[in-house]
Amino acid sequence: MVNGERGPRATKSGGTTRTAAKKPAAPRKKATTDRSVANGTDPAFVQLLTPEGDRVEHPDYSVDFTDQEYRDLYRDLVIVRRLDTEGTTLQRQGQLGIWASLNGQEAAQIGSGRALAQQDMVFPTYREHGVLWCRDIDPIMPFGLFRGVDLGGWDSRKYKFNMYTIVIGAQTLHATGYAMGVKLDGKMGTDDGEAVIAYFGDGAISQGDVNEAFVYAAAYDAPVVFFCQNNQYAISVPVHKQAKAPLFERASGFGFPGVRVDGNDVLATYAVTKDALDRARHGEGPGLIEAYTYRMAAHTTTDDPTRYRDRSEEDAWRLKDPLSRMKAFLEKQGLADEDYFAELTAEADRYALDLRERVLSMPEPDPSSIFDHVYPNGSPLIDEQRAEFLAYHASFEGSGH
Amino acid sequence: MSQTSTIGKAINLGLRRALEDDPKVVLMGEDIGRLGGVFRVTDALQKDFGEDRVIDTPLAESGIVGTAVGLAMRGYRPVCEIQFDGFVYPAFDQIVCQVAKMHNRSLGTIPMPIVIRIPWGGGIGAVEHHSESPEAYFCHTAGLKVLAPSNPNDAYWMIQQAIASDDPIIFFEPKRRYHEKGEIDTDLGLAGAYPLHASRVARPGSDVTVVAYGPMVRTCLDAAVAAEADGRSLEVIDMRTLSPLDMGPVYESVRRTGRLVIAHEAPGNVGLGAEIATRVMQECFYSLEAPVLRVTGYDTPYPQSRLEEEFLPDLDRVLDAVDRTFAY
Repeated sequence: MVNGERGPRATKSGGTTRTAAKKPAAPRKKATTDRSVANGTDPAFVQLLTPEGDRVEHPDYSVDFTDQEYRDLYRDLVIVRRLDTEGTTLQRQGQLGIWASLNGQEAAQIGSGRALAQQDMVFPTYREHGVLWCRDIDPIMPFGLFRGVDLGGWDSRKYKFNMYTIVIGAQTLHATGYAMGVKLDGKMGTDDGEAVIAYFGDGAISQGDVNEAFVYAAAYDAPVVFFCQNNQYAISVPVHKQAKAPLFERASGFGFPGVRVDGNDVLATYAVTKDALDRARHGEGPGLIEAYTYRMAAHTTTDDPTRYRDRSEEDAWRLKDPLSRMKAFLEKQGLADEDYFAELTAEADRYALDLRERVLSMPEPDPSSIFDHVYPNGSPLIDEQRAEFLAYHASFEGSGH
Repeated sequence: MSQTSTIGKAINLGLRRALEDDPKVVLMGEDIGRLGGVFRVTDALQKDFGEDRVIDTPLAESGIVGTAVGLAMRGYRPVCEIQFDGFVYPAFDQIVCQVAKMHNRSLGTIPMPIVIRIPWGGGIGAVEHHSESPEAYFCHTAGLKVLAPSNPNDAYWMIQQAIASDDPIIFFEPKRRYHEKGEIDTDLGLAGAYPLHASRVARPGSDVTVVAYGPMVRTCLDAAVAAEADGRSLEVIDMRTLSPLDMGPVYESVRRTGRLVIAHEAPGNVGLGAEIATRVMQECFYSLEAPVLRVTGYDTPYPQSRLEEEFLPDLDRVLDAVDRTFAY
């Protein structure tokens, strides 16, 4: 481990961390609102790897990875970005109805995703392709939703990864209820205990559902970690228009700890998430993590960010790119050479090509499947409509219609 | 003055005129300011009227409608945008329990001149929650009025008439028709335009009455053209107002044709078609030559986009129902 230069911001505490519940943060001046996105500076947050790729220490959080583990983290980052790029390309070529890009948020997702234990349960939004990758789930799984050949359904319990949730913030309550179930089942309090993580964004934190999830999680000491990717925009509305204080500080008002982490730093994100998950699985209650990051791409492929933000802002964030800092770290530490990076690029391309080919060959859905799975116990109304539907379509057979 | 406009642009122009005419009109919703809304219906309005009158709200629909209630109490006329039909449900409690009942509970002293605009219906190839037809929930709620324009001129005038009304109004916009063009007459005036809560014959005919609203009006007009080639004359009625229903033109038509087909995208079960059919049965029983038929979405969740053409009633399904009414 090299003695990295400690950035000026990294010397500050990352936030209320573990003592927040007992000792709420002191009143703050309004001027410290998260306007840093506009003026180009970073707020106080937990950081272990600077944008230049230098390791820095933090009093509360650390990581201890092997050389191979560092390389593996970088490999994750590279591959999920490449797959995401393929998603955007497929949409541009008319092969997907829409795509929600994670570009810029890879470290937040890989850092938190790799901190999960096998038994932990994930409740994603519709952008957590990187977390999905960390669960060793075939990355094609959400493409049915975006291609429109299915409704994005799978057995959430089998994968320990819930279906994508499009209604903003709704899944935070589901995660909390699932965590209440973990507690009722007595499946926490040991190293094998189960923890739950709920992903959402800076826009969602305004929703009633998210605030109610905080209330329930606190009231029942539910083993749930609320992981807020503050990517600075709710489609077009910047976070400072919705929130007048840092998002992580809200946790203390609900009675559990909150911490802000550099969401473009995969090491710091891993460290704070691992800590919060372990506390949850040991019965120490919920936690809130604000991963401070930036959505480099549009909200979705239907969005046009040039209408609401400046290129210079994107350029400033590009300098904090989660991949390039990890690459710089590997280079400075001598952990990887040009051959490694070239092979990794080729490997990522192979993944992307394989994904593309399989997306293009996804079967078209059977029209009468509209009537499947509406009720576990069936319904005479549905049966009648299915029969009418089949008879109607059969009436066109051979008519050249 | 007459000008050509899309439905989306007509609503934009109507909102602009309402903002100009009444300083108490405020628009509020997610991404409606700088972005101009995800469908650009509020394009450039924040630039021209400022952030205080075209308000980018936090991402919280219950908050949009709940604060609109307070603004209305304070004398404002909020026009709320719900970004997509499927996102109205977090605001459902505020709409049903508060917006709809405030006037009644306050002994008629506190009106709720709130318009809630909802881009609505399917056919745009979207993912789930972006293609729903929840109008029946709102029509079922006393205290709300519900509108659904189908063409640019109606869109332009109905949005202004709705804003001028003291009644709380759910304003369903046919999102898959936003880009369809037509003439708007900007000189009619609120009083001179076609009455707000009135249905209208969109195409006269003599053999069968076809009732539709919103995006299905275009489908039924196309069906009428196709039927004409087969020598069958369809009279298409655009309901325009879903609550209260204006049944007069429907009764008058059915008494002439003796046959009625009702088309809507929303599922059939306990939908608007059931209400319309019952009223026609009560008022026109002896005129009916055939049972009233409905062409609707199925009673399933709205399907993935690759199957939505199977789900949505189309020209063929309308004509099939028309054929069936002649089988009696």
